[in-house]
Amino acid sequence: MSSRPESLAPPEIFYDDAEARKYTSSSRIIQIQAKLSERALELLALPDDGIPRLLLDIGCGSGLSGETLTENGHLWVGVDISQSMLDIALDRQVEGDLLLGDMGQGLAIRPGVVDGAISISAVQWLCNADKSSHEPRLRLKAFFGSLHRCLSRGARAVFQVYPENLAQRELILRSAMHAGFAGGVVVDYPHSTKNRKEYLVLTCGPPSLSTATPKGKGEDGESGSDEEFSDEENQTIRTSDRHRPRKKQKTTKKGKGREWLLKKKEQMRRKGNTVPPDTKYTGRKRKSKF
Amino acid sequence: MRLLTHNMLSSKIKGVSNGFPLRIEVEKVIEKQVELNPDFLKNIFPKVDWKALVEAGRTMGFAELPEEADLLMLDSSEFLSKFHHALLELHLEEGALVCPETGRKFPVNKGIPNMLLHEDEV
Repeated sequence: MSSRPESLAPPEIFYDDAEARKYTSSSRIIQIQAKLSERALELLALPDDGIPRLLLDIGCGSGLSGETLTENGHLWVGVDISQSMLDIALDRQVEGDLLLGDMGQGLAIRPGVVDGAISISAVQWLCNADKSSHEPRLRLKAFFGSLHRCLSRGARAVFQVYPENLAQRELILRSAMHAGFAGGVVVDYPHSTKNRKEYLVLTCGPPSLSTATPKGKGEDGESGSDEEFSDEENQTIRTSDRHRPRKKQKTTKKGKGREWLLKKKEQMRRKGNTVPPDTKYTGRKRKSKF
Repeated sequence: MRLLTHNMLSSKIKGVSNGFPLRIEVEKVIEKQVELNPDFLKNIFPKVDWKALVEAGRTMGFAELPEEADLLMLDSSEFLSKFHHALLELHLEEGALVCPETGRKFPVNKGIPNMLLHEDEV
């Protein structure tokens, strides 16, 4: 993978004025963010009764994801650690309220008041230790613990994440489970490198029918075009990565055998390479004394 | 920052047992008109800490909220509009939020409260 912003600098430094402006003036990023937040909102599965809910947008940045929430009629409160990104959000006159805060310090929110939370491409930042006082495990614990407290019963939280590797995904998921969340990872378009997106869907409260983890999209090798997602039937939940079984090689303990060797030599000869002649010694093992 | 957000915030400084409600220090208040949505207000009402909202409204210069409120009052449109105004239309633009136990100030600039904690407060 090319350079990840997470490995360059801490978020409050990486997203400086220049980066924040760049981020928000790119129509491509805006489009991606809008699509991701739309899908996150869909996974949030809020009751379809037209009542605006109070949602939390963690790592709201310049409010790109919050705009999708506003479009769907919800009220939101955004938290971000980068002042520059929040300044851009002010410039864009987003509807939601903004807080400058560090999610790794826990959310400063009263228990049981929020109807749902989304977070687009932010949680993986917690896996980095940018200061000597940072311990990713503790920061994740503080974050998920405070989130679990401030969500109302039965509420959901959906995080779109870019974990760097298996261990990171495992760490994030385990911290969420320790905080008392139920749920799992939903992978959209697992076979595509570009469109593959991971969502952590967490539910707060007792397990019920409605808390079953939703399915990912494009599981069956569907290419995941830019068009809206088709059906949701033929998908499964995957928590592992995309290792496909390798072709088994026909090797025994003795090696590949004389027959195979002769075949290969014949092939090489047909290609016009110089190949030693076949003798009684061909493909024979050397004595151990040799 | 709306009073709705203020009503949700509490101080999470290490060792503070009850960081709610944060006291408001006002420097500048602005009002933004928002459309009234009765469904949202009914939905959010049980979650709002009424006392804190009344108190916050008073510090922001809006003293028309009754001391006590219950679900029945939500049917009166007059009450709804006051509730709506206090909750969603009053914005704290400049000022500070003060932790009720430690007195630590969280400055509010351009409507954004700075809730970042120092390393020894985590």
